[in-house]
Formats: sequence, C-alpha cells, structure tokens
Amino acid sequence: MSTTTATGHVVDDDATGVPSFEASGGDWSDIAEEAARLGEERIVVNMGPQHPSTHGVLRLMLEIDGETVTEARAGIGYLHTGIEKNMEFRTWTQGVTFCTRMDYVAPLFQEAAYCLAVEKLLGITDDVPERATTIRVLLMELNRITSHLVCLATGGNELGATTIMTAGFTAREEILRIFELVTGLRMNHAFIRPGGVVQDLPPGAVDEVRSALTQVRVYLRQLEDLMLANPILKLRTQDVGVLDLTGCMALAITGPVLRSAGLPYDVRKAAPYCGYETYDFDVPVATDADAWSRIVLRLEECYQSMRIVEQACERLEAQGPGPVMVGDKKIAWPAQLALGTDGMGNSLDHIREIMGTSMEALIHHFKLVTEGFRVPVGQVFQTVEHPRGELGVHLVSDGGTRPYRAHFRDPSFNNLQAVSVMCEGGQIADVVVAVASLDPVLGGVDR
Amino acid sequence: MTVTPGGDVERTPAAAGAAPDPGPRTPLDVVDVRRGMFGAHGSGDTSGYGGLVVPVVLPGPSARPYGGWFDEAVDVLAELLEESGTGFDAAVEAVVVDREELTLQVRREHLVEVSRHLRDDPDLRFELSLGVSGVHYPHERGRELHAVHHLCSVTHSRRLRVETTCPEEDPHVPSVTTVYPGADWHERETWDFFGIVFDGHPALARIEMPDDWPGHPQRKDYPLGGIPVEYKGATVPPPDQRRSYT
Repeated sequence: MSTTTATGHVVDDDATGVPSFEASGGDWSDIAEEAARLGEERIVVNMGPQHPSTHGVLRLMLEIDGETVTEARAGIGYLHTGIEKNMEFRTWTQGVTFCTRMDYVAPLFQEAAYCLAVEKLLGITDDVPERATTIRVLLMELNRITSHLVCLATGGNELGATTIMTAGFTAREEILRIFELVTGLRMNHAFIRPGGVVQDLPPGAVDEVRSALTQVRVYLRQLEDLMLANPILKLRTQDVGVLDLTGCMALAITGPVLRSAGLPYDVRKAAPYCGYETYDFDVPVATDADAWSRIVLRLEECYQSMRIVEQACERLEAQGPGPVMVGDKKIAWPAQLALGTDGMGNSLDHIREIMGTSMEALIHHFKLVTEGFRVPVGQVFQTVEHPRGELGVHLVSDGGTRPYRAHFRDPSFNNLQAVSVMCEGGQIADVVVAVASLDPVLGGVDR
Repeated sequence: MTVTPGGDVERTPAAAGAAPDPGPRTPLDVVDVRRGMFGAHGSGDTSGYGGLVVPVVLPGPSARPYGGWFDEAVDVLAELLEESGTGFDAAVEAVVVDREELTLQVRREHLVEVSRHLRDDPDLRFELSLGVSGVHYPHERGRELHAVHHLCSVTHSRRLRVETTCPEEDPHVPSVTTVYPGADWHERETWDFFGIVFDGHPALARIEMPDDWPGHPQRKDYPLGGIPVEYKGATVPPPDQRRSYT
C-alpha cells in the first residue's frame, strides 16, 4: 500500500516489507521528522549525479547512520557517449579526435597512448621523428601540471577554500595559453596523430613555455603557502580516505593514489615510452596513504614535470626545426597548414602543388584523407602514465582502415572502485575529500 | 555467381566456402573474410579485382623460442599447471607472441586457476590487473566473444595478455574477481557492452548503460545509430551508412 504523507514523500511498505520513503526535494527537517516518525535510522542518500563535488556526473549512493557513512557505492554511466563504438566507424587518424574527448582534463594523454598503440600496430614506433616525440613529451608533461592543478583547485574549492581554486585555475591558464599557441585549442587538441604530431612548434614557442613555467612556479608557491601549512586543510585531509598498499594493489589502483601508499610505480619508469628513460626525473612517494599525502604528492609531481619540460625545451632547441611526422607518405596525414587571413588554414603552397602540378600527390592526398591507411591485423596494449594513473589502450585491427576495437582502460574508471573502501565508516563530509583525492574525471570514466 | 545491382559479384554459397570450418582448433584465427580489393562496394567492378577473397587472420600460435622472458614465464606456468594436474595443454590453447607482446589463449574452464598461478608464483607475480576488455568476432564460429585480461607485473616489470573465448550461444566466462578484485567494474563493463556473463561475479549489473537497456552495444551486430544531418543543402548520412573502405 502506498500512502502519500504530509511532506509529499511516498511511503511504500508493500514492495519490500521494509518501510522506505523517497524524498525528491523539500526541507530536510521535514524529511528527518518523518524518518523519526517511521522509527527508521538508516537513510540512503543519493549524492549526485549533479552534486558539484562529484567532479561532473558521479552518483554516490550513501547509506548513512547519523553522520557516519555505513555503505557507499558509486554509480557511473551518466556521461557515457559511446566513444569506443564510434571509433570503430572512423579511420585510424580520426580516432584521435574521439579519444581526446574522453578525459577532457588530460586530453593529450589519450592522444599519445592511442597513437603509440597505432604505431606499434603499424610497426613504425622507431620511425617517429625524434622531434615529434620530444614535442609529445613536452605537451604531456605540461598537461600533467594542468591536470594536477585542476585536482588541487577543485579539491580545495570543495572544502570551501575558493582561493585555492582561483590560484590553481589561474596557473592552469598560463599553460592552456601554451596549448592554444601550439595546437590551436585549449582542450580536445587532436594534435598528436599516428606517426607524429600535426605540425612543428610555432616560432618562439619554447620561450613562451619557459616564461609560462616561471609564472606557474609563482602560482605553485602560492598554492603551497595556502595549502601545506594550513591547519584546516590538514585536519580535513589527514587520515581521511585511507587506502593502504594491499588495498591499492587488490583494486588495481595506480597513479598518485598508489604512490601515496608507498609504491613508486610509474609507467614512465617501469615501461618507458616516448624516450622517458632518457629524461632525468624522480617519482615522489609517500607512505601515509591518505588524502593529505596525495595533495603533497601532486604538488611535487608538478615540479618533476617542470624538470622534464625544461629538458624537453633544451632538446627542442638543440634539435632545431625538422620533420615531426613519419616519412612514409602512406601514413603521414597531409597536414600542411598555414596561417590564412581567417586564422588556421591549408597551406596554399600545398594546394598549389596538388591541384596544379602533381596529380599523383592529389590522388594520394584524397585517398589518405577519405580512405585512410590500412593497419596490419593484430592487437596491442599500450599504457602511459596518466595524471590519474595507468592509462591503457587496447587496439585490435582487422587489417582495415578503421579500428576493429578500441578500448581505453581509463585510470579514473578503475580508481573509482575505491570509493566504497575509502568512505565506509567515515564521516559523510569526508566522502567529498576522499573522492577529490581520487581525482576522477567522469568524461574518462564513462567514455 | 550472381551480380548485384550495384555491380558486386556475389558468389553462391557453395562457391564461397571461403570461411573455413574452425573445426576442433585450426592454427588460423579467421576473423573475417574481405572481398574485393579497394574496399569500396557497389560501384561496379571494372578492374576484375572485385573477385578477390582474402581471409582476415589474426596472428596464430608462435613457436619456441618466444624470445626474452616469454619462454621462462611460459615454462614456469607450464610447470605449475602440470603440478596441479590440470596440464598446460589442457589450460592454454595457444601462446601467441606478436609485436613483442605475449598473449596466452586460455580455455575458460581454467581461467581462474591460470590467473591464480600468474598472480601468486614469485617468478611470475602478475599482481596488477589492468582490466578486462571484450572483443566481438562474429565470424569466428564457436569463439565469437573474447574477454581479454591485461596483466602487469610490477615486481618484474612485465606485461602479458590472457585471452579467453566463449561462443555467443553460451556467453559464460568465469569471473576473476576472486583473484583480482579490481577486475570487478571491468567485468561489469564487458558484460554491459558485449553480454559476456562472468560467472561468480559478486554483482554483475550494467555499469555504463541504463539498467533496462536492451542489447549489448559494442557487439558488431549492434547498430551505431544516428540520423542524417542536413548542412548547407547537402545531407550527410550517419557514420555507419557513409561510404566506407573496409
């Protein structure tokens, strides 16, 4: 029998035998009063999917007893857009524009991982020009800094520290300006392509990177001043969201969360790609396994990334301009671009060549752009160190011009499994801290 | 032989015979059969290449030596499987080394045991599961659905892939959540997208699609969907209906 009560909540004790009631709004005091009248202490609260502290559209189902969370479950899928399925209907090169939109806070990592996997399938890993690889490393490490800054900024904001947010996002802006200069876009770049990158750095880009880093350093110092000696932040985050090494390994947690539990596992060191073994950097580790140590780790990782960026800048200067795409014209996307009066556009020289002088070049351009290139049959799994953990790409080719299957093992997807373990038995306010310390991005989780 | 209105030459079923019967276990993993040379269909075949029939074959079993640490790891696993009485050949269908990556094709009955050995033996120690992904090969009769487990050994800095197959009519694969609890959501995702039932999973519910969603969207026979879009007077068909070169 269903009865509608004074507060408009439906009580249905026929369905389950247990009195349950559904509240979809209204005053909390009314709901609490009614719960007391029913003699039911146990309340299940839906946090999200539109809650601002859930980093997008994460839904947390919390069973609470007073202020204590007795059970926590994460519900995902609200941002599922079928990117993997869509990639099966586009060419290998077009796939980049799809996977860059998965984890939109760290788009360059999906691009790089996907392109490394395609290159492995093609067997051209060693043919990718040195300069393209260095540009990839430069962009990825800058992206790591922006991603960590978003994590720290939003994490601070969720605890009510708006200054942390403004400082973090202002610092990120400095690097986004670099991205805009180099790729033309602030996010969803599709700049890294199978075989290399779209085009070389514009003139003066390295100097811009250096001056941006100087600014970022200032902001990072501000963030450290705001955060590292802040007694409120310490009280809110120390011993909160604890997940020890055993738990991390069992749940396959990687990235800063795993390193906060004491294991210095970093794919850049364990299975180097893009020549990371030739860069000089450290993998910061902590042992407290709590939200606080993850904050400290992310700050330290920003500095390590800056070290790599500086080395990449030196190499780019030493290399001088050169090819940034494989020499094989059957694979290299004809991305000859020039700045037109309306912004970015095709290079007129290239158009003159293919339209006026070389019919073969025109056919080639047309075939490559409409049909794409074929990739030999087989499957590969390529992982990279994403700001949130290990990002894996499983690609299967049937020898055609499109991926037969593209699967992304997104680190946030996997790490969200830890929400239950981190939150159960804790305070409801600590759920926000624990989730923020995992740094999930729902675009990547749901794909 | 018949000619379609579009100009493609279609063979009679008897003449087709190109998809070989997989039988007990053929050395070739025939995934698909590609017809014609240029990938475009329905444009009339004036070149004569339209009659080409090419089977798409995945890299087959490799012969020893596999190279690097692969031999040692396979030896250790074989020893463990012989010791436990299962037998290496009973559990592992094939060892495939391709593009410097090791794939163990494991029969589904023995998946959990193999996973346990891979995780627990100090010489193997693949303690980190990097998830499960499904692949649907509708032309591989009796082995249509593949569940691919990606494992990583932090201790030895090694990676390998464990591939299990199941037929579409009986889409069951044992869950490895007892060995790798982190595979929980990945198995749910594979169930959601491919309809592979992971037996023994604690709560095999859909994860990305709504709970009442019909079908499994990542299967090859599930349409992509989409509507034609009009732009500046022209109509652009949805991506799965555009001319393609497969």
